[in-house]
Formats: sequence, structure tokens, C-alpha cells
Amino acid sequence: MSSVDRDVRFTFDGRELAAEPGQTVGAALVTNGVTAWRGTRKEGRPRGLFCGIGVCFDCLVTVDGVANQRACLVELCEGMDVRGTLAGDETEETR
Amino acid sequence: MSDLTVDVAVVGAGPAGLAAAVAAAEAGAVVAVVDAGTQTGGQFWRHRPETGDADPDGHGHHDWNTFLDLRRRFRAGIAAGRVHHLPGLQVWMASKNDVDGFTLRTTRTVVGGEGVTPTVHAARLVLCPGGYDRQLPVPGWDLPGVMAAGGIQAFIKANGALPGKRFVVAGTGPFLLPVAANIAEAGGEVLAVLESSSLSKWFPHWKAAASVPGKALEGAEYAGIFARHRIPYKTRSIVTAVSGTDRVQTVSWAKADADGRAIPGTGGRYEDVDVIGFGWGFTPQMELPLSFGVQTRLDADGSLVAVVDERQESSVPGLFLAGEVTGVGGAVLAVLEGKAAGTAAADASAVVLPADVLPAKEAARRDRHRRFAQAMHQAHPVPHAWQEWLTPETLVCRCEEVPVSEVTQARSTLGAEDSRSLKSFTRVGMGWCQGRVCGFAGSCLGAGPGEPAAAASLASAAKRPLAVPVPISELASLND
Amino acid sequence: MSRASDVLVIGAGVIGAATAYFAARAGLSVTLVDQGLPASGTSSACEGNILVSDKELGPELELTRYSLSVWKGELAEHRHLWEFEAKGGIIVASQPSSLESLNRVMSVQRGFGVAVEELDPAALRKAEPHINPAALGGAYYPEDSQVQPMLVAAQLVRLATEAGAVFHAGVTVTGMMRDGDRVTGVRTSRGDFAAGNVVNCTGTWAGEIGALAGVNVPVMPRRGFVMVTEPLPPMVHHKVYAAEYIDNVGSSDAGLQASPVVEGTPGGTILIGSTRERVGFDRTVSTEALRRLAQNATGLFPFLSSVRAIRHYHGFRPYCPDHLPVIGHDDRAPGLWHAAGHEGAGIGLSVGTGKLLSQALTGQATDVDLTPFAPARFGALDPTPMEASR
Repeated sequence: MSSVDRDVRFTFDGRELAAEPGQTVGAALVTNGVTAWRGTRKEGRPRGLFCGIGVCFDCLVTVDGVANQRACLVELCEGMDVRGTLAGDETEETR
Repeated sequence: MSDLTVDVAVVGAGPAGLAAAVAAAEAGAVVAVVDAGTQTGGQFWRHRPETGDADPDGHGHHDWNTFLDLRRRFRAGIAAGRVHHLPGLQVWMASKNDVDGFTLRTTRTVVGGEGVTPTVHAARLVLCPGGYDRQLPVPGWDLPGVMAAGGIQAFIKANGALPGKRFVVAGTGPFLLPVAANIAEAGGEVLAVLESSSLSKWFPHWKAAASVPGKALEGAEYAGIFARHRIPYKTRSIVTAVSGTDRVQTVSWAKADADGRAIPGTGGRYEDVDVIGFGWGFTPQMELPLSFGVQTRLDADGSLVAVVDERQESSVPGLFLAGEVTGVGGAVLAVLEGKAAGTAAADASAVVLPADVLPAKEAARRDRHRRFAQAMHQAHPVPHAWQEWLTPETLVCRCEEVPVSEVTQARSTLGAEDSRSLKSFTRVGMGWCQGRVCGFAGSCLGAGPGEPAAAASLASAAKRPLAVPVPISELASLND
Repeated sequence: MSRASDVLVIGAGVIGAATAYFAARAGLSVTLVDQGLPASGTSSACEGNILVSDKELGPELELTRYSLSVWKGELAEHRHLWEFEAKGGIIVASQPSSLESLNRVMSVQRGFGVAVEELDPAALRKAEPHINPAALGGAYYPEDSQVQPMLVAAQLVRLATEAGAVFHAGVTVTGMMRDGDRVTGVRTSRGDFAAGNVVNCTGTWAGEIGALAGVNVPVMPRRGFVMVTEPLPPMVHHKVYAAEYIDNVGSSDAGLQASPVVEGTPGGTILIGSTRERVGFDRTVSTEALRRLAQNATGLFPFLSSVRAIRHYHGFRPYCPDHLPVIGHDDRAPGLWHAAGHEGAGIGLSVGTGKLLSQALTGQATDVDLTPFAPARFGALDPTPMEASR
């Protein structure tokens, strides 16, 4: 099913990526091989999708400057600026 | 969006909520439906955005025709002005008014958008918030690539894609079967389904099982899919550890004894695993019912659920509940309960009799499904000895990164035997998810090795005065 | 089984836990009972403040400073057990009039030895970079501290039992054992407990326990809401509150009062307080309280407006009509003691209170004069119906 047009473009931590229309941000990241994007607060351990339905808040991501969005719920839009908190987090501090 | 005043408010648009809304509207009530999703269907009938595919064929879904029928009638209700659909909103507080009726305060599921979110006032309220996969901690379960079994299914249904190539599905219960089947049908490789229970546990319940022939047909369908894709289905088998550096790589498993204890020297490892999905039954989403102080009970699966009468009315007059919050039992049961709840809630006189909310045939069907659910819970219990899988380093609370060692220490030195004191002493359940994921496990750990979670402990873990996070700016402009 | 002890403490909140701890350490045989688990009442629903900054001059300030010396003195070795943090408090003035009052309060407090520094707008912004730019100035109290209150109660219970005390959870006191006027123990859901002295540390329930002994202890509940935000990187570094807070603490107004109190926590969440209202034990969520908390907090820290709240909680602060706690022997019912009614300051005052009571229980002179806190100040022998407790 990956042969469908990958025509929604977005950036993740500055990298240009593309995904199928109608996917969530979380799905767009995972299908691009990004399995983790959040660093935990205490240990900085990697996290990505877990519950997949908005319950666990593990997949939090910054979308267009708004921090702590559930990647499993936000629908991907053209040109979205998606940022994780795994490496060198600046987004949360400037909210 | 402006505030709404209606006869009946329904929270949730999954099988129970849709059925309730349709039944109430068709009985003549004006109905508002608040739903976290952007389109109807809930988790069970989650599907690709209708904006891209207005008429999906329901491949991989069960009872899809039931959904299409409910959706058609739901849309007819909207067209007739009797149904107000409020998608993309979550209720952060539900309250009973001083005089009569209920108030729902909402916030957007996804931050953004213009304007104030609506407040809904309703004479009667039907809560159908559903549930989510119940989780038990296992060493390494915090690695990326570990997912809830239902999360994998939701990923496939909503995105038309797979979150990896090589999968293991583990836990207990019949729900593991459709998850594995969905993966395989979508082109993924299922290395194994590891079921902790023994299928012989069904034998005492054959009567209840046989009374729901649809379930046998589903079983036959999965058997076909499993054979076609050569999916190994291993019973009495558990995952002992998930390992990898920054994501899942290896899944170690073992055969389990009758209590769910790993038998040394058995099992093996699956390598190069992309995703492992865990499901140990379901946890009903109880914070809204609990916020009204409804009467609760422990169900056969160990979950805290609400007590309702034949008309699905809770101990709080005018508050109706349907679906998983009254006992986990699947979509067919949820639809029947939703129909009963919606019909009863539509009646302002509140004298509608049980016989009026569901025809005898459907009531009998509902009862059969309830018996089936009880049988299922008993045949697929949470393994008695599950706490023995844990290592001191295994995280109990993923949000606050609280390891088992801290929890057992708080229990032994500070007497923290319930989820409430564990939360205060160790921060278990204090984080983003507010104990949704670790509430069950934390309650069990507080009770002690081999002990079931106490109802009071589960209630305390599921009590969430803010049902979902809400922007402070919205609180600052709150109306009375 | 003999259950006679020198001291029987009712209530395993912070006050009872501290009392049991210091009494046991003083060599007394101690029994501690609670109707639930440790810290099941107000101790679990507060902010864990140890504040000097909000105290009026007089006996309460003296008790506060004494208690602080106990926290930092003989309990210093245990500070990690309850996450003691001297984070410091900042009072912010947003109006010229409140700045004036603040300056006046500061100079008086200084005269009594309270450590306080004046902050001009630049210094304020340096201390709290995200403060509302419109703030006119503030005062910094380096002694203001914080603990995790439930851990204080639970750890003090544990330390008390290590010192020989015996703790019974799930024991409800139903009556007093008497010998003439004298209280000689308690009757409970689990049988009688004889004791030379009975100490009532039951917070908002202190009036009911007093009534069992036929004495009036007019402790009433005052509800306070606290809101908790999503976890964030450090944004608020001190306990920051508005100058109006001081007026609310001492107020007897029954209506809802709210003034901004905002503080970061080690867990990354930000606590937003606080409201005070006299509504009895009403547990209904008040939308007005939530709105006022949200408005006040964003007034102090505008960035909070886009932050989300993830939970809120409320507690019932036990208070007496004159806003002083009741601490000491009750001459109206010999053998009965009280330590309750600390209102919003119970966590901070707990260890000082416990230590002073242990001195009094062993017949020593107390380090701080307990006369202003004496139970007999409430006069009447018969408990009068209490307005706000139901």
C-alpha cells in the first residue's frame, strides 16, 4: 500500500519527508522509518507510538510550534513543521 | 460554535454511542453527540478519513453493515435537525446541575481551531466512552515499537498502512486474533501470537460460547486467515522480555505454567521484530461515570465497571451508560446496550419499562452476549503470577518513569497498599496519562503479589477531575 | 494484649505523624491510630508549603520560625525522604498600592528577623524570566521552602515506628474512655485503647473528636482548589504569589477568594493555587474556582494561557475562628490534648508542633510559649453546633 501517491510534504526536525494524505502525524513518521521522537523528561529515553488512540500521551510531538500534541491524533497537513524532543529540545522552552 | 441545549446528550460515537444517538433521535428526542473522533465509528469502526474515501468498503471490519446502517440513520437525524454532531471534541468535565439535567464542557481533541468550544446542556445523558487495551508491564515494554494491540489495529484502520514489517502479538483474549489477522491481511508478517491462557479454559463455558454462533463464525474466519498466512498461535505462552537499544529488536518468550509463570528452559526468541503488540483485555474509560459517583462493581475480568439497570440507567437518575463502561463485551453488545440507553433516555417521563427499550429478541441477544463476555473473561484471565515477570528496573508508570523497585519499596516501608498512596509516594499515575495505562498494574502491585486489584484502588486510579487536559485559557473564559 | 500506652495519637496526617515521632523519640510509649492510611485527609490535598513570607506577626510567625529550625535542624538528615527544597518565595506586586503594602510588610518582617530582599522590576525578571512584564516589583523570601506532604506523613510514621511507636491503620475512634473528668483512652472500631494522654490530631475532624470528650474545639473546613499543569521544562523557579494572598489567608469571609499562587515542581508540573471558601465539606467542582485560578495565574505568568491543566484537586484546610491553631493540653478534659486547626500552614508547622507537644507531654518547658494556642480559649464546655461542619 506504500505505492499510493506520497504527496503530503512535511518536515521532521528540519528533514523533508512525505506521506500519504489522510495519515496522522504519528503514522507519517513511522512509515518514514522514524519510530521514536519524544525524549522522556527524566531519563531522556526514546518514545513513539504506544496506545495509538490518544490515551497514553507517549507520542507527544511539537506541530507548527505547538508543543505536546498527540501524534496519533493530529492529521498530517501539507507543509507541517513537526519537531521531536529526542535530541536538543528547544521548542518547549520557547512556547 | 455556540452552546447547545438538548433532550439527550451522548458522549462517544462508537458502536454504543451511535446506537444510543440513533435510538434517542428516532424516539423523538433532540440529541447532541460529542465525540473525540473527527468522524463516527469509534475505535471499533475506525476507518480512513471519509474526506479521502467517502464510502470505504469496510475491509477488515466486522459488522460493517451495522455501522453503515447506523451512520445512515445518524445522518438522517442530522438532516432532520434532531441530531447535533459535535466531532473532534472531548468532554473535560461532565456535571449534574443543581435543579435537573447535565452539563458537558468540551475542549478540542487536537489543539487549534478558532472560537470557543461548545458547552452542552441536556436533560438526560448517555455516556459511551468505550475502553482501551489493558496493559501489564513487562521488562522492556517502554521501548519504541512496543504498542497496544489495539493501537496497531487503529494504525492500520485509520492510515491504511502498517507500523512495521515483522510483528509479534501477545497477551490474552480473542481480540488478539483480529489484530493479527489485520496485520497479515495488510501485508505484515506475524511471527507469532502468544496467548497466556490455555484454550481448555473455555471448556467450562462451552454453553455460553455456543450460544453466540457469530463468534464461532469469526473464529473460523480467523482460523482461515491464520492458516493462509501461517501464523503460529501459541497458547500458555508469554513474553518474558522485550529488548533492543533504542527500539524493539528481540522478543523473548516462554511457555507458562497454569498461573502464568514462565517455565525455565522453554520458549525462545524472535529477532528483528519491528513491533510487538500487547493486549490483556480492555480497560473501560471510567473517569466520566466516576465523576458522578455512580455505583460500581468489579467485573469478571477484574475491571471496575458501572452498575446499570435493565434500561442502562446508572445509580444516578437520568444518567445512562452503555458499552464497555458497564462491562467489557464487544461491539455487538455495545450496540444493543446503546439502543436500550438511547431509547430510555429519550423518554422524558422516565417511566419507560425495560420491555420498551429493547424488543424481547434483542434483549435475549444482549443477555447471550453478556454471558459470552463473562465466559471470555474467565477463559482469558490476567495471569495470576504476572508480577513475577517484572524486574526491579521494569517501569510501572511510563509517564513518570517509576520502576517496580520504587513501588515495592513504597509498599513495604510506607504501607502504600492502594493506588492513591502509591501515586502520592512514587508518582505512579501522576503523569500525562493520569494513570490510564498503569492504573490497573499499579493497583495490583499495591495489593501485593498474586492479589487482584481492589475496586477502591481502581476507582482512585481512574478518578480524573479533568477528564482530559484542557488549556488554561479555556478555563479562564469558563461560563457558569 | 495490653494496649495501654503513654500517648495515643489520633490521626496520621502530618501533625499526628510528627507528634507520634517526637513523642516516641522523647521516650514515651506511643500508639498512633488513623481511620484510613497515613495522610488520607488534608495532608494529601495541599501544596506542601513551609512559608515564612505569608505569616502575620505574632505567635504564628514565632511557631513558623521554630518549625523551620526543626526542619532544617534535627530533621535535616531526613530531608531527602520528603523532598525538602528551599526554593524560596517571591511576592509580586502589580499595583502601586500593593507595592506600597508589600514594602511596609517587608520592613516590619525584617525587624523581626525574617530574611527578605526587595526585588526591583529588573531583579524580579531575573529571578522569574516569564513573569508578567507589567509587574512593578516584589519581595524575595529565601527561607520559604517546600516538602512533599504525603511523604512527610508516611516517612514520619515509619520513623516513629522505628522509634517504638505502634501504628494502627483503619481504626475509627468512636468514643472516649473516662475516669471522672479524666480522659483515659479511646473507644474504637477495633476495641479500646487505654492511654495516659490522648492527642487529637484530626485536622478538620478535630471538632468531632473534641465533642466525643464533651469539649468545644471549633475547627472548621475551608475548601481550597489547586490546579496542576502538564509537565514542562522549568519555567517557574520559586513559589510566586501576588501580594493580595496575604490578606486572604487571614480572612474570615465565607465567599470564594482567589489570589494567584504559582510554583514549579520537581516533576515539571506547575501548581496553580489558590482558592479559599467556606462551603463545609462540599466536594462539588466549582467552575468559578477553576476560572478564577486560571485568570489569576495567567495574570501573573501570561505564558500559562497556552499551557494545559491536566488535573485539579481540592482539600479542606482546618481553621479556627481566630486563625490560630489549637495546640496543647485541654484543661476542660484532663488527659486530652489537641494539635489541629493549622489551616493552610499545617505542613510547615507540623514538626514544630510535634516537637513542642513532646516537650509538654514530658513535663518540660516548651521552646515556644503555647499559651496563645491553648484549647481553653474556646471557653464553653459544651460543644456548640458548628456552622460549617456537616
